[in-house]
Amino acid sequence: MTPDRIVPMVEFENVGKRYRGGQPVLGGVSLSVAKGEFVSVIGPSGCGKSTVLKLISGLTPPASGSIKVDGMAPKDAREIVSYIFQDATLLPWRTVEQNVSLGLELERVARPTRAQKTAALLELVGLTHVAKSYPRQLSGGMKMRVSIARALATNPRLLLMDEPFAALDEMSRDHLNEEILRLQAEQKWTAVFVTHSVAEAIFLSTRIIVLAPNPGRIHAEFSVDLPAPRIAELRETPEFDALAVKVSHALRSALAPEGAAVAAS
Amino acid sequence: MSPDARRRLITLANAAAVFAALLILWQLVIWIFGVKPYMLPSPWAVARAFVDRFSTILIAVEITGEESAGGLIASIAAGVLVSLLFAQSRWVRRMLYPYTLLLQTVPIIAIAPLILQWIGAGTGSVAAIAFIISLAPIIFNTTQGLISVDENLVNLFLMHNASPSQVLFKLRLPHAVPSLFVGMRIAGGISVVGAFTGELYAGSSRVGQGGLGYSILYASSQLQTDYLFALVLATALLGFAFFFLVVFVEWYFLHNWHESARIPDADSDS
Repeated sequence: MTPDRIVPMVEFENVGKRYRGGQPVLGGVSLSVAKGEFVSVIGPSGCGKSTVLKLISGLTPPASGSIKVDGMAPKDAREIVSYIFQDATLLPWRTVEQNVSLGLELERVARPTRAQKTAALLELVGLTHVAKSYPRQLSGGMKMRVSIARALATNPRLLLMDEPFAALDEMSRDHLNEEILRLQAEQKWTAVFVTHSVAEAIFLSTRIIVLAPNPGRIHAEFSVDLPAPRIAELRETPEFDALAVKVSHALRSALAPEGAAVAAS
Repeated sequence: MSPDARRRLITLANAAAVFAALLILWQLVIWIFGVKPYMLPSPWAVARAFVDRFSTILIAVEITGEESAGGLIASIAAGVLVSLLFAQSRWVRRMLYPYTLLLQTVPIIAIAPLILQWIGAGTGSVAAIAFIISLAPIIFNTTQGLISVDENLVNLFLMHNASPSQVLFKLRLPHAVPSLFVGMRIAGGISVVGAFTGELYAGSSRVGQGGLGYSILYASSQLQTDYLFALVLATALLGFAFFFLVVFVEWYFLHNWHESARIPDADSDS
């Protein structure tokens, strides 16, 4: 558990969620994400993974329970939060650099500062050479890097990612996973990362939360004690494989009928 | 010659061949059935009428062109404003959409005399008729573009605490531009039809001269069928000109980023 003297980045207390006229999506979820953690949320479809992110961002209100982001109500905390969606969600009529500076522009940051930050971020994600290109000229992986740069431009302290690499091929995905870790090591933000992929979750996270569906609830938790810095070769170690087996097992039992044994480490 | 240029030349040659074949067929019909010139003039007679009366035709084209352009520009301005209003809420749309539909379904011929009575015969009333007929496609298409924005893009803006006006002007409006152009293509063509129809009722808007609609009425009453054909040709050319003008403006604004805006003739056979 998180020590009391530190305010957690995200705190859910018995949070339930039900969309209008539908079945409950989340039933009584309590969780806490400490500052600097990289938490992955994994689970079968319909377990409310994406809803967790929507709740943290305040895009949708909870039906019951309370949510705090850095001690604030989710809507008031938006200034320190960035959201990366499954699609790159770039504005096609803007160039790469104009897309990256969108958040700064909406927050009315002065133009010179905007230009400076945008240039620095494009450099950071290796896209300086396509700064003047339009999104349709980029590959899927590059679009996602633009999306990441845009999210980081506003100096977030919490990054919410909703299966950001699900649509990419495995090579680009692995590559971007390594890049995300490099960026986090540099900028020290907290991350809540939703994914379908066990390998991705293990590679990125300090902690993995497995959700079970109908209604969505926490089924199992794993802390990932793999050494830093995490490099590509980590995926080939026995420790990595052993954890993958455990998480996969938990995922399977999350789908099994009520009352199945819950394995936690 | 590059393969691309060659393909274009072949396309052009095909079009020319079809045109020539139609002219020959037209001439053959006249010869074989002995059609009288006041019923159907020969292509040659039409061409001669077009050249002989070129200055008069040009004035008619100018008048109708001005009226259509006036109506079209007004409909774009008003249509975008109405769409911005419609984009505000579903409630507003439900309340006002039926009246927009009315604009499209009531035949323009039915309301043209009314407009003339209200405004009085002249360029203004004809432009007003062109305006009314062009309005619905602009409103329908632009509204569609404004409201069909990806939900996550809206969420993205909300996450940055964007104001409603930022969402409207930095997200919805640019997103609606391609749809606005779809509406403008349709409106561009029918604004000419509207002006033409208006002239049939309004008569000559300047002393001694009139637009294409008026001139065609005149030519028909005088049984100057070759002149009438020349005027029809001029009307068609005016409609084309409007269409291609819109296509060009569309290309100019969209070719950088939008998939649909390729060079007009580059989307031929692959």
